[in-house]
Amino acid sequence: MSLSIDVRRRIGATQLDVQFSVVAGETVAVVGPNGAGKTSLLRVVAGLISADEGRITWGGVVWDDASSGEFSPPEQRPLAYVFQDYALIEHLTVGDNVAFGLRARGVRRRRARERAQEVLDVVGGRDLLERMPSSLSGGEAQTVAIARALATEPSVMLFDEPFAALDASARAHARRLFSSMSSSSMARLIVTHDAVEALTLADRIVVVESGSVVQIGTPGEVIATPRTHFVAEILGLNPLPGRLRGDELSLGAMSLTVGAHGVGDGDVIAIVRPRSVSLHRERPEGSPRNVWRTTIDAVDRSDGRVRVQLGAPIPIAVEVTPAGFDALATEPDGDVWASVKASEIVVQPA
Amino acid sequence: MSRQQRHDARVPIILVVLGWLAVAFFVVPILALVLRVPWSSLSDVITDDATAEALTLSVFTSVITTVLAIVLGVPLAWLLARSNIPGRQFIRALCTLSMVLPPVVAGVALLASLGRRGVVGEILDDWLGVRLPFTMPAVVIAQLFVAMPFLVLTVESGFARSAGTVEEAARTLGASPWYVFTRVTLPATQPAIIAGAVLTWARALGEFGATITFAGNFPGTTRTLPIATYLALESDIDDALLISMVMVVISVVILVALRSRWVGAIGGVR
Repeated sequence: MSLSIDVRRRIGATQLDVQFSVVAGETVAVVGPNGAGKTSLLRVVAGLISADEGRITWGGVVWDDASSGEFSPPEQRPLAYVFQDYALIEHLTVGDNVAFGLRARGVRRRRARERAQEVLDVVGGRDLLERMPSSLSGGEAQTVAIARALATEPSVMLFDEPFAALDASARAHARRLFSSMSSSSMARLIVTHDAVEALTLADRIVVVESGSVVQIGTPGEVIATPRTHFVAEILGLNPLPGRLRGDELSLGAMSLTVGAHGVGDGDVIAIVRPRSVSLHRERPEGSPRNVWRTTIDAVDRSDGRVRVQLGAPIPIAVEVTPAGFDALATEPDGDVWASVKASEIVVQPA
Repeated sequence: MSRQQRHDARVPIILVVLGWLAVAFFVVPILALVLRVPWSSLSDVITDDATAEALTLSVFTSVITTVLAIVLGVPLAWLLARSNIPGRQFIRALCTLSMVLPPVVAGVALLASLGRRGVVGEILDDWLGVRLPFTMPAVVIAQLFVAMPFLVLTVESGFARSAGTVEEAARTLGASPWYVFTRVTLPATQPAIIAGAVLTWARALGEFGATITFAGNFPGTTRTLPIATYLALESDIDDALLISMVMVVISVVILVALRSRWVGAIGGVR
């Protein structure tokens, strides 16, 4: 079974024109800058809007075919959609929200409630059953939204920016939730503007810019051979090969401590965002770990940002504000202290 | 000098004077009504057959009007708020015109359309033998005509506000458009519907001009409380004062209920 997407659709100034497929059991991440048409793509797949041209099929069943006029409305497609704002129904309890899809399909109230409890148990929302959506934190709301989506046992699952609104601990929980889903037979389609998310979650990555697909490949392939400037920015995310033991990441010359992760010991690729690294003139106090002394090899000022290439022991690119850089008051080849929070380092198996 | 006093000192004196004048303008008539009501004969008037008849008729017809306003007005509000029907602005203007029309004109318009020789009334009479003017249904029609726009406008803004991804999410969870409307949209709009219904009911209860023009003034059939009040003025002013007092009490109860619970649903009033 596979979800085959081959559609064109005009949304405002953006012409969406994409062609790719998602196989059952696979996670595909659609990555692109904001305004690339990613959410519109999900809306077309969900049937909330129709394609101007092209067709969408799931396992040979036509969902949308512009040439023949065939179109299944959203409620007739075996999918679930986790919205960026979670879209919980405010006047229903968490339990009734999770049971909503089953009730809409005619499942009896008692059975639907039991199933809602089961699914909430699985995703770690056991205690939320009687809560109202307005009382939930962002992470809890997302947990409920995912439970609600899973309750109907969809074949295809759509996620819009699943981590965008979450704090660090909620992100860790969400990542575990996603890894636990990776063994299911659902076809999972995630859209995100966050390249790190895409690299860590997806089996394959589809890079979309201005509505069109510019690259499709595994995370490794996309990192190795970026096709466009945006993809190259993913390279700027500083992939670092290393060895993981527990939460200790060995990078040869030195070791870093990493935050919560679901990766086993062994060879890994660690990813550090350029903006996650802070630079200091003196050794920063109060953060004993993940601090190192290094040199500035190159400085590039453009677009109101300063991109700094650090030297040994960890040669990575760092991005700071012009004001922050000037405060360092350092010579171009002077010494600085660099630091990064453990929770900002993402690891994935090599 | 306290903060509060210094703050007050900055308010232009002319606004304070005119503002309090406006307060007096609203309070004095109500106060005068309360003062002049012959409370001793209260029980006589309330238990008086003619008054009781008018009160019952008013409550009965205004409740029927409110129910009909919800049945017809909620779908109309939905059309105005959510659909892409052409000429939506124009339709909204037409459907709320009766709100600003002089009520007597509304009554004349109803006679022209539903009267015995009216455009539609003639057909009703010839084909079905139905004559609406000067009957109890005519009272309801007159009230509905002038009062329903209050519900339509309130509910329309409720629908516009409740629009969002929640309904789309419900669709993707397997809900049909009708299921989404009844289980998601309507509950989200409930405060606006209640507020609109209360406004409509209050307007229907006080309806006078359109009712007396289209439905006339028959005791027990079309003589509602406002009409009874007006008639009482010509015979016994004490009766008029007492019946007026009854309606003041009803209005105050409505206003308090709205303030406490649903006022937020009415066009952004806080």
